[in-house]
Amino acid sequence: MTDPRTDARPPETPPEIPAGAPAARPARTADRTAVRRALRMAVRRIVRFAVSLAVLLTASFAMIHLIPGDPVRASLGPAAPIELVQQRTAALGLDRPLPEQFVTYVGGVLTGDFGTSFLTGEPVSEVIAARLPNTLTLALLATAMALIVAVPLGMWAAVRTENGRNRGTEVTFGTVTGAAVAVPEFLYSIALVAVLAVGLGWFPPAGKDGPLTYVLPVLALSIGSIAMIARITRVETLRELGTDYVRLARAKRLPALRLHLRHVLPNTLTATLTMGGLLLTSLIAGSVLVEYVFAWPGLGQKIVESITQKDYPVAQGVILVYGAIVLVVNLVVDLVLGALDPTSEIKEVAA
Amino acid sequence: MRVDDNARPTGQSEAVPDEGGQARKAASRGVVWRSPSALIGGVLVAFMVVLAIAGPLIWGEAAERIDAGAILQGTSAEHPLGTDNLGRDLLARVLVAGRYSLALALAATLIGAVLGTVLGALPSVLPRRGARLVTGLVNALVAFPGLLLAMFTAVIAGLGARGAVLGIGVAIAPGFARLTQTLAASVAGADYVAAARMLGVPRRRILARHILPNIAEPLILTLAQSLGGALLGLAGMSFLGLGVQPPDFDWGRLLFDGFARIYVHPEVALGPAALVALAGIGFNLLGDTLARAAARSSAGRQESARTEPPRAEGEPDPDAVLEVRDLTVSFPGDSTPVRGLSLTMAPGEIVGLVGESGSGKSLTAAAIGGLVPYPGTVTYGRLRLGGADIAGMSGKELGTALAMVFQDPMASLNPALRVGGQLSEVAVVHQGMSRADARRRAVDRLGHVHLPDPAKQAGQHPHELSGGMRQRAVIAMGLMGEPRLIIADEPTTALDVTVQRQILKLLREVVEETGAALLFISHDIAVVGELCDRVVVMYAGRVVEELPADRLAAGAAHPYTRALIASLPDLDTDRSRPLAGIPGTQPAPAQVGVGCAFAARCALATERCRTERPELVVHGPHRRVACWEVTS
Repeated sequence: MTDPRTDARPPETPPEIPAGAPAARPARTADRTAVRRALRMAVRRIVRFAVSLAVLLTASFAMIHLIPGDPVRASLGPAAPIELVQQRTAALGLDRPLPEQFVTYVGGVLTGDFGTSFLTGEPVSEVIAARLPNTLTLALLATAMALIVAVPLGMWAAVRTENGRNRGTEVTFGTVTGAAVAVPEFLYSIALVAVLAVGLGWFPPAGKDGPLTYVLPVLALSIGSIAMIARITRVETLRELGTDYVRLARAKRLPALRLHLRHVLPNTLTATLTMGGLLLTSLIAGSVLVEYVFAWPGLGQKIVESITQKDYPVAQGVILVYGAIVLVVNLVVDLVLGALDPTSEIKEVAA
Repeated sequence: MRVDDNARPTGQSEAVPDEGGQARKAASRGVVWRSPSALIGGVLVAFMVVLAIAGPLIWGEAAERIDAGAILQGTSAEHPLGTDNLGRDLLARVLVAGRYSLALALAATLIGAVLGTVLGALPSVLPRRGARLVTGLVNALVAFPGLLLAMFTAVIAGLGARGAVLGIGVAIAPGFARLTQTLAASVAGADYVAAARMLGVPRRRILARHILPNIAEPLILTLAQSLGGALLGLAGMSFLGLGVQPPDFDWGRLLFDGFARIYVHPEVALGPAALVALAGIGFNLLGDTLARAAARSSAGRQESARTEPPRAEGEPDPDAVLEVRDLTVSFPGDSTPVRGLSLTMAPGEIVGLVGESGSGKSLTAAAIGGLVPYPGTVTYGRLRLGGADIAGMSGKELGTALAMVFQDPMASLNPALRVGGQLSEVAVVHQGMSRADARRRAVDRLGHVHLPDPAKQAGQHPHELSGGMRQRAVIAMGLMGEPRLIIADEPTTALDVTVQRQILKLLREVVEETGAALLFISHDIAVVGELCDRVVVMYAGRVVEELPADRLAAGAAHPYTRALIASLPDLDTDRSRPLAGIPGTQPAPAQVGVGCAFAARCALATERCRTERPELVVHGPHRRVACWEVTS
């Protein structure tokens, strides 16, 4: 209860005109200001991206030098003749001064030369080119699957449990999604292989050969994300359902479907898309293990192989590519959000 | 629409079954802990802890017993999960491996926590440039998938348990760093810490009483959640062959071995997989519960509202636009913010509903519009709009006959949709207009409320309009149908004074033109006196006085109304003295006693006021008042 003194008299200081103030100016100026602000934000994001990329490049270069001892010796094994080690070291340029090596490395990466595999002598760039599409397909399919299933599920749960009604649904939803989120992708993979592939024989257990082979990996990769996004969508939807404009839309007596799809859904999309972007990066990481389980010919399988076999140039190249994908996805999410959501620029300034 | 369901008179309790009795009130935290996810999480984590302590003691020997006669077997009575390549019992090994898995996870979490806390605290001690560098690094690392960080670290640190633990520690660190940064910034700068400091509270006490309790909870929460994450991460690393190496074994390593045989004996992989999954689920659910318990406010569970629906008396008034008899809105927990309110409005009449915040005026509006939020129960003897019972009206009828305007025009327009679209959908949905016609009407209506360039504003998003323009657009939205009643809930409070005037003028115009009645809700008695024909004053959920607006200044009878008017500053008010106010506060909806609710703050109150509630009775022409002092 507020004191009547603060409440029962005309406001002495009129509240500031809320942040829509530019619109009071002639419209064209307002448009231009908005465009300029959006551009400035885009430039700032791109600069941030470039800096992160530089850090990533340095880190992947440093990796091979941070390995204790001689990476070539470690890779070839203690029995390898000393001449071979020296020859390999020279071929890799590892005997040159560090700054020179760095320049060579960066130059190589920029021209698409990631070095050659210790083991097979194959150019790393070819390994990546052959495998990257498979990894991306898997991650994108899983992301699409997660969004398509999770957003309606989360909205449904929100509408059903609004204001604490249907506590049963709320509890079940919370418990099931909470448990599903907690199980990592590789355990889903193992369970799916054991039950659906080996046990029931419905799907091929491994490999990439025809549409049926996609089912289990995509499923394994998306179950956890479905649970995660459904939870977030529910919370976002609940928040939207409590806003004044939804209240007003209800006062207009709009049919439920229209109310939810037209008034609520677009406002939850910002959060959902952000999640979708972050999800894609986490799925790319999760795909490492899933690919390993399903012998999927992607980058993930290769990175595990290269690390266990101490094939450092391949590990270096693949980690660099993974990192770059993460950075690019984050950049794209930021830019798309900036373009989509007219208010995100305000948040950016505030942050 | 579901909103309608709970706005209808029910009389019955739609309550949650009473399970906890009185204990429930006392223990709102207990509610969190009694949920199934908390229970499952707690049991699972307890099981894991017991397993880690007792497992190796009980099954340690069985796990190492080599049996050359039983190598690589599948499920059998003797070996429920089969045996490994040396004939060792896999069930025993899985149960024993728990300790190592948990210990490694604990180590990785601690490494991550220490590393992250240091990294997060660095910016506050480093010079500005260094601080920015560290912050940037943390931000970049947070965006990076943990598994990749872990692999990167593991490559450098070498294959094996040490590399994996370091790797997972590094992967956990950025999250802690970000958390520490945020916490350090928010807590140290909080008003209560500054206030305590100014009061001369000793530093150690500030730390113990104000800072620690506020950052300990999030830190411990994150620790608990990270532990689960670390456990899963380590299992993943070992499963890939990058973690624990033989002869040591953790769950991940057992998975690695089992996975190689999955095509022959799936059960040898499923055993350890199930335990890892259970551990992950346990820690996650427990973490969720801890987070929820921490965030839980004192809000208790819902209880039933016990209100009998009052019966309508007399015949409905055929000429009234709005007729409300004995409207009551109650919420679980014996809270009744609106009590037996009655109100009749004639066409074209402007009625002001005034009262302090919490007097129930906005809920009255919500109840008339059928918008009372869920646990609330609305009962009434009669609720008729334009001669028809509201409960029997279709969405279409209500949507066009009733227009609502809310306080904050910024919040009442959907930011994602164009203004014109939000207007025209009323016509499309309820009046069956074509899109083009509806849009034309929307532009026409926007022009009607004096927007400078209606065609253009119809195509804009709400954030491109000023506050006053938005409120005009909301009013225009109400004019899309043929409103019989406009309910304006503090429509000018969020606007500045000049815009306020314009909106009031517009509302008056609209009423004159359409013949609709206007229920104008405000805490500002000055504005109400200026705009309205009649004023209804509410206090603690009840109408205490009703009078013509022009009698407000001179003829108010109820002590509360008089106090409201007296508290208005005018040109003669001595600015050097504090503004006159009404001492005391309005009782909360759950605490209204038997007598007159205003008695505690009333200078004229007698014993009778405190024990017996005055009814609203006629007091002169067009005037009613509820006060013993005035009427007796």
